[in-house]
Amino acid sequence: MSKPARSIETRHHEERDAFFAGLRRMSRRSFLRLAGLSAGLAMAKRLVPPHSFQLVEVAGAAETGKLPFTFAYISDTHLYPARLNDRFVRAILKAVDDVNSLDPPPDFVLFGGDLAQLGQREELDLGHEILKGVKVPVRMMVGEHDWFFDMGEHWRALFGPEQYSFDYKGVHFVTLMSVQEKDFWTERGMTPMQRMQTVAGLDNGLQSRFEVGAAGREWLTKDLEKVDKKTPVVVFSHSPLYKYYRPWNFWTEDAEDVQAILRPFEHVTVLHGHTHQLLTNRIDNIYFHGMLSTAWPWPYAPEGLPKLTIQQNRADPFDQFDGCGDGSVELTESGLANALYNLWDRNPVTVRASYLASSGAQDAPPRTKLPSY
Amino acid sequence: MVTRTTPLVVTALLVVALPAAGAAPPLPAGVSAVLYELAVPPGTEPTPEKVALGDKLFNDKRLSVNDAVSCATCHDASKAFVDQKPLPDGVAAPKERPQRNSPTVVNAMFNATQFWDGRAPTLEEQAKLPILNPIEMGQKAPEDVVAKVRRIPEYAAAFPKIFGHEATYDDITAAIATFERTQYAGDAPFDRYVAGDEKAIDAAAKRGWLIFNGKGRCSDCHAFSTVSPLFSDQKFHNIGIAAHKTDFIDLARKAAGMVRGGDLKQVDELAIQTHFSELGRFLVTKQANDIGAFKTPGLRNVAVTAPYMHDGSLATLWDVMDHYNKGGVPNPNLDGGMQRLGLTEAEIDDMVAFMQALTSARFAGLAKQTMARQRARKNVRPERDTAAATGRKGHLGDLAPPPDPAKPAAMGVLVVGGTSYEQAR
Repeated sequence: MSKPARSIETRHHEERDAFFAGLRRMSRRSFLRLAGLSAGLAMAKRLVPPHSFQLVEVAGAAETGKLPFTFAYISDTHLYPARLNDRFVRAILKAVDDVNSLDPPPDFVLFGGDLAQLGQREELDLGHEILKGVKVPVRMMVGEHDWFFDMGEHWRALFGPEQYSFDYKGVHFVTLMSVQEKDFWTERGMTPMQRMQTVAGLDNGLQSRFEVGAAGREWLTKDLEKVDKKTPVVVFSHSPLYKYYRPWNFWTEDAEDVQAILRPFEHVTVLHGHTHQLLTNRIDNIYFHGMLSTAWPWPYAPEGLPKLTIQQNRADPFDQFDGCGDGSVELTESGLANALYNLWDRNPVTVRASYLASSGAQDAPPRTKLPSY
Repeated sequence: MVTRTTPLVVTALLVVALPAAGAAPPLPAGVSAVLYELAVPPGTEPTPEKVALGDKLFNDKRLSVNDAVSCATCHDASKAFVDQKPLPDGVAAPKERPQRNSPTVVNAMFNATQFWDGRAPTLEEQAKLPILNPIEMGQKAPEDVVAKVRRIPEYAAAFPKIFGHEATYDDITAAIATFERTQYAGDAPFDRYVAGDEKAIDAAAKRGWLIFNGKGRCSDCHAFSTVSPLFSDQKFHNIGIAAHKTDFIDLARKAAGMVRGGDLKQVDELAIQTHFSELGRFLVTKQANDIGAFKTPGLRNVAVTAPYMHDGSLATLWDVMDHYNKGGVPNPNLDGGMQRLGLTEAEIDDMVAFMQALTSARFAGLAKQTMARQRARKNVRPERDTAAATGRKGHLGDLAPPPDPAKPAAMGVLVVGGTSYEQAR
């Protein structure tokens, strides 16, 4: 007799249990911090059904606090199942450990999108489990790698709506879904996986460019109607809300329209993922900061790089953490944002609001002497 | 045009006619003339008198507070300028010991920074600190050292002759540094091998060189080139040695408060005397990415400088290989380059053979003794964790393919008699 077949779910749970068992072994042997983390994860894991675990709402504190405050981010983790790629799992665990060890702790953590590599349930579930280890509330943003396998179905089940806003300590936060694409898959008869891999491929002519889309822009306009023009606005978007480099989709097709909606506000800061590099831009009243990835650094595109960017030099290919990292954003009393790039194997870089406000004349971060990459 | 070019020609002639500042003496193979010129800036060129004075000071126990410790106590010329102890003896030993293993003086002149954490930029600045450290040589202040040296008749005569005035603290350390600038060493079998002598190293060492550049991932940090033949990237990495015994995060938090704004002297005392020593480069930079990071030491003459690592915690080269083979010791600040290697026991032996081939001719006899001692305890392997090294447990990265000695060109490795990557193109 052959062994009874095990369902995909059973195998998934067995693998996951083995993974967390591995984490606990490692922590006992070496360091207390990860022990705390994995214990927290194990505790969270016992909460059933999975959906009952809700990330704590930060909006509740809106009335009590005031500027300044700091939030941290983790972005672009691109998780595969641990058996295929444990390096990226190590990297997100390191990031979780980082944000948990910040002293004082950040008010919340933004996740900047691309939690998964190919939008698989297994990948998203793994990321969901790991992010439960973050001690402060987590705000989720979706990336194209999370979306185009099942058009966001599993991501929404885990994390809720992909587009939302909240007020916190006098700042209006908006999380946009900026990686919509025009339907390129139906007429080509693509399977979900073909569609996902096409989008993940970045550098191809098949897919359309990212966009917030008409519905998204309408939602944004409506959301901002009730917000005073003097209120600082912070926008989270996965793709940069400007046009950097089209062939790699470092791009938002309707960027100008979105910028027009944001133009009436005194201070707007956009924090975006997707580009995996130190990236700084300013368009009038809108200050843009790219987030670091935990998984890998991208080289700079051959053209279109915003001139305020303090460029990274080439990452050491032997060092999985070089050029990667996480970061935090300090909202100052004036409602402007200072962005700290916490590069793991390099010195941290702070890009101050005054640097952008002065169009690069003041407070320029130190530049590397090595050539850009 | 004539008026413009003439001065240039004259300048060029002058440059040729005058000996260039820092011009290198005849250097052995494996010592870079480029680095020599950088390491001997104008004004520091060794003269016989200054070297002799530095040598005398280096070996003089009277520089310490109790006439018991000299530089040579921990940097013994007969032992390749180390003391062969995990942690050194200072004036307070054995009650209190400095927390960092004595590094060799040999080729220290080429280090971009001095000390395991790089807290001193030059040999001169380096020499100032141990003399004043309370548990190393124990002097209270530079003035005390200067007064003591001036009272010693032979120094009272020598300093005015060489420096034109009575001894100062800067002069004392300048003389010591000058002596140290004569302690360069190349001339290893490996140097003859890369110069074309295929018989200079044996087959095991040749296999080790391939592993060094490939599966072992050693060359990423222990970088070698003919311009910089030190086998060091001169950077700082957390490889998990401190995690043997320390909770980093807890330490870092405490230290951040303590050392903020601390001067070099304070950093020196934290590094040498306290358990904060394990924070490494962080004490100097206060950057989180430097927590537990220590300088990549060069590998020349590594066979004679046991025990290893910043705390002398690894007794043999086999222990060092075991440590790297399992991917170091996990900790939140572990360098991103650390991952398990999956080296077999035979490959580890090849690596040790390769490292022995980096021994300078002048230390060959010493290496016979030290390696005999190491080989005698080859089967005592506290760091060995074969399951972690081969991927049967843990999450420590993908294994590189084993090297193929038949196709070294595929790895871009220089192989004498074989085909280098450049030639293959």
